[in-house]
Amino acid sequence: MIIGDTKPLEEILEMIEGRERVLVLGCRGCVTVCNVGGEKEVGILATTLRIARKKAGRPGAVEERTLERQCDPEYIEELADVAGDYDAIVSIACGVGPQFLSERYPDVRVFPGINTTFIGGALEHGVWAERCQSCGNCLVHHFGGLCPIARCSKSLMNGPCGGSASGKCEISPDVDCVWHLIVEKMAKMGRAEELEKVWPTKNWLTSRDGGPRVRIREDLKQ
Amino acid sequence: MRLQYPTNIKVIQLPCSGRVDILHLLRAFEDGLDGVYVAGCMEGDCHFLTGNLKARRKVEYVKKVLESLGLEPERIEMYNMSSAEGPRFAQVANEFYQRIQELGPSPVPKAQAA
Repeated sequence: MIIGDTKPLEEILEMIEGRERVLVLGCRGCVTVCNVGGEKEVGILATTLRIARKKAGRPGAVEERTLERQCDPEYIEELADVAGDYDAIVSIACGVGPQFLSERYPDVRVFPGINTTFIGGALEHGVWAERCQSCGNCLVHHFGGLCPIARCSKSLMNGPCGGSASGKCEISPDVDCVWHLIVEKMAKMGRAEELEKVWPTKNWLTSRDGGPRVRIREDLKQ
Repeated sequence: MRLQYPTNIKVIQLPCSGRVDILHLLRAFEDGLDGVYVAGCMEGDCHFLTGNLKARRKVEYVKKVLESLGLEPERIEMYNMSSAEGPRFAQVANEFYQRIQELGPSPVPKAQAA
């Protein structure tokens, strides 16, 4: 799922400064699962903003709403009758949300209430880690199911670099060297010799280097 | 025991302190209450194992929110006491009441009673 982090309250207060009617808008997709942008977090952020406004003696309403998803136009459309009533919408979906909202409602100021950080999974309740960089050409099966693109700090394809020490990456003792994990796992699986294959330079055109990506499925497109 | 504690403390009963939610705590401050404390069982004695530990973490979270709002984090607190400790309940109530008296009223205006 897409993982996000709450923005500092000061930043959000600055965004909505002077804007009377504000809507805090959540998303029931990834950000609900990673506890940063669902109905619960909408309630917490909206309540916090209301406290700040009451404390400062400023008028204005902060309302709450959560859409099924903010990355599909049909759900964005649900706001058609009410979007114009707001002086600001604070979207706490991933970066797609505020963009879709701005495109559909060009006259309404839309602000991002969270920072979208990475594609990852939950290691345990409350802990998430990056697992995918959406490079557009998945190769994890060659590396024991461990992704050297997302999990190696240098995205190396051919073994660990000189910065790998005692299974840790040189950038931080908290970061596992994924190549250490790959070699250990492949050896345990009896597949170590597969790692002798030398990978040519990766074609990054399928990743962001090829520019913004669009996927068209002719079988689904209306 | 008929122990006395300040009459303006409103007790809200929950099945376990772990049921308390960040939103419950924040809504109290939104309504202009001057302080909130959560009274849970002794740590290690939770009937549901970790309810009181979770409550403490939520209280810590709200302390940070209050700080970022420019409110004193001391306006919220977690206390642990056994249900057999009536005198301790009254003592904590008096202690917290004193603390809030010293901090003064919340700068958030009180909500109008419905």
